[in-house]
Order: sequence, then C-alpha cells, then structure tokens
Amino acid sequence: MKQSLLHRMKRDRVYLLLLIPVLLYYLLFHYVPMFGIVVSFMDYNLFKGVWHSPWVGLKHYRMFFSNPDAWLIVRNTLLLGLYKFIFAFPAPIALAILFYEMRWKKFRRFVQSVSYLPFFLSSVVLSSIMIMLLSPSTGWINKAIQSLGFEPINFLQRPEWFRTIYIASDIWQMTGYGTIIFLAALAAIDPQLYEAARMDGANRWKQTVHVTLPGIIPAIVIMFILSIGGILNIPFDKAFLLGNAGNLDTADIISTYVYRIGILGGGMSYATAINLSLGLVTMLLVYLTNVASRKVGETSLW
Amino acid sequence: MVRTGRIGVFDVVNFLLLLFVAITMVFPFLHMASVAISAPEYVVRNEISFFPKGLQFDALRAIFEDNRLWIGYRNSIGYVILGLFISMSLTIMGAYALSRRGLVFYKPVMLYIVFTIMFFGGMIPFYLVARAYGLMDSIWAMVLPNAINTYNLIVMRTFFSGMPVEVEESGRIDGLSDFTVLTRIVMPLSKPVLLTIGMFYTVGIWNDFQSALLLIRDPNLFPLQLVIRNLVVVGQAGDVLEATTRDGHKVILESLKYGVILLGCLPVLIVYPFIQKHFEQGAMIGSVKG
Repeated sequence: MKQSLLHRMKRDRVYLLLLIPVLLYYLLFHYVPMFGIVVSFMDYNLFKGVWHSPWVGLKHYRMFFSNPDAWLIVRNTLLLGLYKFIFAFPAPIALAILFYEMRWKKFRRFVQSVSYLPFFLSSVVLSSIMIMLLSPSTGWINKAIQSLGFEPINFLQRPEWFRTIYIASDIWQMTGYGTIIFLAALAAIDPQLYEAARMDGANRWKQTVHVTLPGIIPAIVIMFILSIGGILNIPFDKAFLLGNAGNLDTADIISTYVYRIGILGGGMSYATAINLSLGLVTMLLVYLTNVASRKVGETSLW
Repeated sequence: MVRTGRIGVFDVVNFLLLLFVAITMVFPFLHMASVAISAPEYVVRNEISFFPKGLQFDALRAIFEDNRLWIGYRNSIGYVILGLFISMSLTIMGAYALSRRGLVFYKPVMLYIVFTIMFFGGMIPFYLVARAYGLMDSIWAMVLPNAINTYNLIVMRTFFSGMPVEVEESGRIDGLSDFTVLTRIVMPLSKPVLLTIGMFYTVGIWNDFQSALLLIRDPNLFPLQLVIRNLVVVGQAGDVLEATTRDGHKVILESLKYGVILLGCLPVLIVYPFIQKHFEQGAMIGSVKG
C-alpha cells in the first residue's frame, strides 16, 4: 500500500529537519548567486544595488565578444587547460605503473609518501616556492642554468614561459596524489593474467601494454571525463599569484580577467557576462563528453 | 604486484626514475629550509642547494618578531576550528538524512544539490551576494561560503547508506530515536570516513586563499595564506628586512622569504605523517561512487 505524502513527511520529519540547514546553505551560497547573474544584463552599480541599476540587455555580452581581449583570454584559458590536460593527465598513470612495478617495497613506500605531500600545500605556498626558485638573480634554477654556462632567464616576466611553469608545477603538486586511484585499479588486476602473458612469451614491456594498461582502462576513462570539465575551468589562485604585468599576455585567463575587471576595476556587469558565457560553455563541454563516453564505452558519470 | 626473479634492466630504470621523482619532491623543502637557516654570505653567493651552510637563525628570528605571521596563524587556526565544526555538522546532517531508505523528496533534494556541481554563478555574483549578507571583513566569510563540499557530502552519504540495516534495527529495539541512531550508531561506525572528510575540510579551510582575497580587507583578520602572499608574492618582506637591519642584524631577503614559506607550510609537514593513512583511504572511499 502506498502511503500518502503527508504521512511520509510525518514519518521522516526528523530527517527533513536535519536537511533544512543544508538546503538553506545551498540556497544562500549557490542558488542566490546564480540569480546574481542578472547583473550581467544591467549596468550594475555598487551604490545603486540590484534594484536600482538600469537594464541594458545584452550590451555587456556584445562588448565582450567584440573586444579583442576576449579572444586572447579565451585562448589563454583554453590553451592552458589543453596543455595541462595533455601533459598532466598521463603523468599519474605512468607514475602509478612505475610504483606498481617497483619490487623494493620499502623504497616504493618512501617515494609514494614524499610524492603525495605536495598535494596538501596551498596554492599560495606553491606559487611562492615557484617564484623563489625561478627568481632571475637569486633562484636556484637560474643558478643551475648559469653554472651550465647559459644566461639566466627571467621566467616569470616572460609570457612564453608561463604555461610551462604553470603546468610543470601542477604536475609536481598533483601527480603523486593522482596515482592513488590508479594504484587501486592496478591492485584489482588478476595476477593470473600476467602468468598467462608470460607463458605466451610476453616480456615486461609487453605485459604492461597488453595486461596492465587494459586492466585500468575503466579508471582512465572516468578520470578522463572528470578532467575534460577542467579544461575550461582553471582555478583562479595559481594563475593569479604567478601572473604579473610581464607575463599577462599568456597568464591572463578568464578567472583572473574577471577578478581584475570586476573586483579591482568595478566593471561587475561586464565581468559577470564573461563568466556566465564561459560557464555555459564548460557545462556543455562536460555534458557532451559524458554523452560521448556513454556512446563509446559503458562508463559514464551519471 | 610482487615481482620475483632476476633483477633486469627494467627494474634498474624503474628505480632510477622513482629516485628522480623522490628527489624532485623533496628538493624544494630541503632547499627552502637550508636557505632560511644559512649564513648570509653563503646565501648571497647562491651557494646553498640541499644543505645549510654556516647555521644562523636570524632570519627566522626576524620573522618571529614581526607579528604578521602570528596574526595569520592565530586567525587560520580559529577559522579551521570554527569552519570544521560548521562543515562537519552540516555534512553529517545532510548525509545522514539523504542516506535513509525511501526518504520523502529524495530525488528533488539530490537534484537540487548535485546541480550546484555543474553550475556556479561566478565570482562577481558570489562577491555581491556575500557583501549583501554582511560577510565583508567578518570571520564568517572564511567558514560559511564553502561550508559544504558537495563531493564530501555525497561520499559520506554513500558510506552511511552502505551500513547494514540490522545494526540500526538492533539500536531501534534498544529504544534509539531517528536522531540518536545517528549519534550512537552511525557516527561511531563511520570513524574512518568522518576522519578523512574532516581532514579534507581542514586542509581546504587552511589553504583557502580566494575567499580571503575577495572578502577580507582588515589585516587583523587575514588568514595565514594571505599573509604569506603579501610577504612573499607582493614583497612586503622588505619591511621586515628594514626593521631587522635597523636592529643591527644581517639578514638576506631570500632567507626571510623562504623562512616565511617554510613556517607557512610547517603545520602540513608536521601533521602529514599522521594523516597519510587516512587520506589514502579517503581517496579510495571517494572513488567508489554510489
């Protein structure tokens, strides 16, 4: 017999009560800001507030798409995301396989421990370390370059170096931690498969290609989908901290541009319009990859 | 997997690669600490790599004497304690309610929560809303906006719903209510997941930079991350240097900055060995989605 809604609500009243603060949190800090995107259709003024600022329709969207800066920051964001994806995505898979194949357990444990550590550093600490190590006059890296007989490079003032620095530091910070999920997948591979492969005369390399990699394909596909959404969604912190007037040509991405124009410059409506246009593109991108992966394989996120 | 038999080229190459990884991971920390406690003459000549030369603690002393880092520490510890309490309470409450079988309104509530992963209003609407709530220059700015992490909520819910029904039923027979089942049975049985998620929240609040940058302007409320950024990235460490040279100490700016960074990540370095087991478990719990 199906119970009436009212009856079920009464039965679950304690649970519903517990849910109220949670729902309220999402309302206040996620849904109200979503409605805040109306400011992108106004000439928002901090002193006039939402109620008294004039409506201007799509003015800010037109402005953004006709602004030559727009192309630059979209390009910077996409390229940074794409390069990060290409170089940083395979890194934990490779490292996990190295760990997996390591026969000296104590050594393996040690390398694992030290490689997880950077994950817990804050973006501020990480960026600070990078700035110090890369300093043209006092940084260790430039000292090493000089001792090899080359000229020191002012890495953070040169636009052509920004992406390399950003992605290299990302790999340094995230690869170790990223191996955990692949190590779990590796642990689930049936050892008999290796035996069979050896019987067929496969060497270590062939075993890796034909047994190890296929064994962790489902994990790779899931992580692949999860990372696609990240291509456009680059965190603000590190790009902001490592960016400066010298490398702005490549370091300026959507979120730092929005911060500069919106918070520092006061062009809030314009900044929101940018943010929203690209938020929608990201959403579409995640959705499409998920549809594609469901078509291709059986793995999907939802 | 346990490999046996002859040590081949494969093993040697693997060993060398992993050795390289280990050195890259450890080097920045060693270098940082070495520069911070080396004598100025060696630092100036860029002679420090892995190990300190001519031990001297003047740089660290100068940092200790400047109160900015202490204010940052005090504030960040406060934010973590308050924020952890709020985040854990909300997450546990939500996860428990959502883990109940046949909960009324389950589907719409889940949709309402999960939708926020896909879509976010953006930095400016968030800033405007937070201002309107009066969060500017308030400690709540550091603990409320990110109080619930949706992934953490879902992970905890999945863990709670995996609990055997029999255990709960036995508690009910002993007279536990809907709420005391949570506090007496579900929570004690979920210690690993609570620890792990608590740790993720702690790291999140401790490392949070963006909320402070957007919403906190009062130097007395600056969290540690903002202090480090101002000293190292913006370069205010120069003031500390001036103060120390007035006192007749000789300190190099580089040692000072590295000292600040080192003291900034010291809590992580100290706590890390103890939490390692938990986060590995946690990353696994997180990967088994329900």
